[in-house]
Amino acid sequence: MHSETPASLPLKMAAIGGLLFLHLPLALIFLYAFTTEEKSFQFPPPGLTLRWFSVVWFERPDIWGPLWLSVKVATLATLIALVLGTLAAAALSRAKFFGKDSISLLFILPIALPGIITGISLRSAFDIMSVPFSTWTIVLGHATFCIVVVYNNALARFRRLSGSMIEASMDLGANGPQTFRHVILPQIGSALLAGSMLAFALSFDEVIVTTFTAGQQTTLPIWMLNELIRPRQRPVTNVVALIVIAVTFLPILAAYYLTREGEHTGGTGK
Amino acid sequence: MNTATSAHSRGRLADFLYRNSGILTLALLLPPLLWIGIVYLGSLFALLLQSFYSLDEFSGLIVHEFTFSTYRRLFTPTNLTIILRTVVMAAAVTIVSAIVAFPIAYYAARYARGGWKALFYLAVMMPLWSSYLVKVYAWKLILAKEGIITWIADKLHLGWVLDGLLALPVIGGSSLSFSYIGTFLVFVYIWLPYMILPTQAALERVAKNFIEASADLGATPRQTFSTVIFPLALPGIIAGSIFTFSLTLGDYIIPQIVGNSRPFIGTTVYALQGTAGDIPLAAAFTVVPVIIMGIYLIVARRMGAFNAL
Repeated sequence: MHSETPASLPLKMAAIGGLLFLHLPLALIFLYAFTTEEKSFQFPPPGLTLRWFSVVWFERPDIWGPLWLSVKVATLATLIALVLGTLAAAALSRAKFFGKDSISLLFILPIALPGIITGISLRSAFDIMSVPFSTWTIVLGHATFCIVVVYNNALARFRRLSGSMIEASMDLGANGPQTFRHVILPQIGSALLAGSMLAFALSFDEVIVTTFTAGQQTTLPIWMLNELIRPRQRPVTNVVALIVIAVTFLPILAAYYLTREGEHTGGTGK
Repeated sequence: MNTATSAHSRGRLADFLYRNSGILTLALLLPPLLWIGIVYLGSLFALLLQSFYSLDEFSGLIVHEFTFSTYRRLFTPTNLTIILRTVVMAAAVTIVSAIVAFPIAYYAARYARGGWKALFYLAVMMPLWSSYLVKVYAWKLILAKEGIITWIADKLHLGWVLDGLLALPVIGGSSLSFSYIGTFLVFVYIWLPYMILPTQAALERVAKNFIEASADLGATPRQTFSTVIFPLALPGIIAGSIFTFSLTLGDYIIPQIVGNSRPFIGTTVYALQGTAGDIPLAAAFTVVPVIIMGIYLIVARRMGAFNAL
């Protein structure tokens, strides 16, 4: 739907204003990471300093444990989601059968329903089955809502995968694993990579489900949440926020470039 | 020799699976289906089960016997107020998100091209995917009494507008970060991209010749907008509203960090399962947004929103 006439001024202003509304707040996070004021959010900052970066690096060991746990959880959840999401997409991209729509709805459900429902459901299940909290209880929750991210990305690519290539490969004597490795994987690889990166980013900063499945463990987002509720050295939180932005920003950007030829499927449903 | 046989039989297995695509589909689908079925649906079932248990008032232990007493404890005036407050907030957030999102989606779908289009897309995707907590935190900085909004208002000599706003009954408060206005702004900010993307997708699908036909038949641009473009965009807006409504309904972190600490459904559930240890009531409370969303989804489906997802 393209128009030949230029956009009217109010429309332009509303659109640009909306985009600024989406982006300016993140710029403030950046600014406040350099402020010399650590007790309040005074604007404009009374002075600028690089001190908080060294504080994070040398004086706050409490950040490293949560950071490591988050990386570990995100990696495990992504791997599980990668396998399950790809299988689901492979199955649902070609087959037509009764109940297919309900099954695809099932994979979307963990992100369509509010996170608190997933969270408290898992907590109830752990409670009923007396499962103690561990890294794996966090991974279990994260993998569940990461499946859909891989699934969405893989599904779009599988639909474009031509069946005749697979048939040709098998006619030429390749077995199943060979066909997968030499014919299917090269074609879906970048979509799977994009899906995994988005899944990693999603899991890395997830907090809503995590608070229910972590018990006493602290992931980086839970550490941040604690700092938001009971702040000490506020600019340190900003420095950590910048780390989180960097860790999530780069995979998202990479995922965009990996999937941009063809339809946009990155994250219509996060 | 041995490897040759196994390679041969594997080849035959692949052939067999390829020819019997039903079995292949089942084999592929089974692992993810089992995961979602056991981990997710199993947990949802556990939640439902918990809501029919009760909490022993004296021992504080959960009584594992089927009862409706927890649901009787749910429908008290206090809890109904909490539910109403949350639904009103979710509705307000949804409506304002739709209004703010529309021009962005409309511009991106109708006027942006080439590099601009990619920029618009990224400009919406980046905030969607960037960290939820970081975004909430950014608003804590903005809305703080000593923060940037107060500073701008003072510089523009508009401090009285801000004070007037905060003096309003119900929605006002001691500062923006301790008022419903603050909570509301953060909700709109956080969920806005979820509204923009489906709206834009629906607008992209409006065929150009529809608009030309409408103009040829004598409609003014305004008429074309209200009778052709907007009705076709509506399923997209409703699809977006599923997210904004549902996510606001269940959120428990934003009202904790920005707001006047009056409880929402999410914060109540969180407090019940945590400090109070009353998992049955927390479970029963969670059933409320599930039912509300169930009704919402049925209505949305009737209005064709699922095709726009």
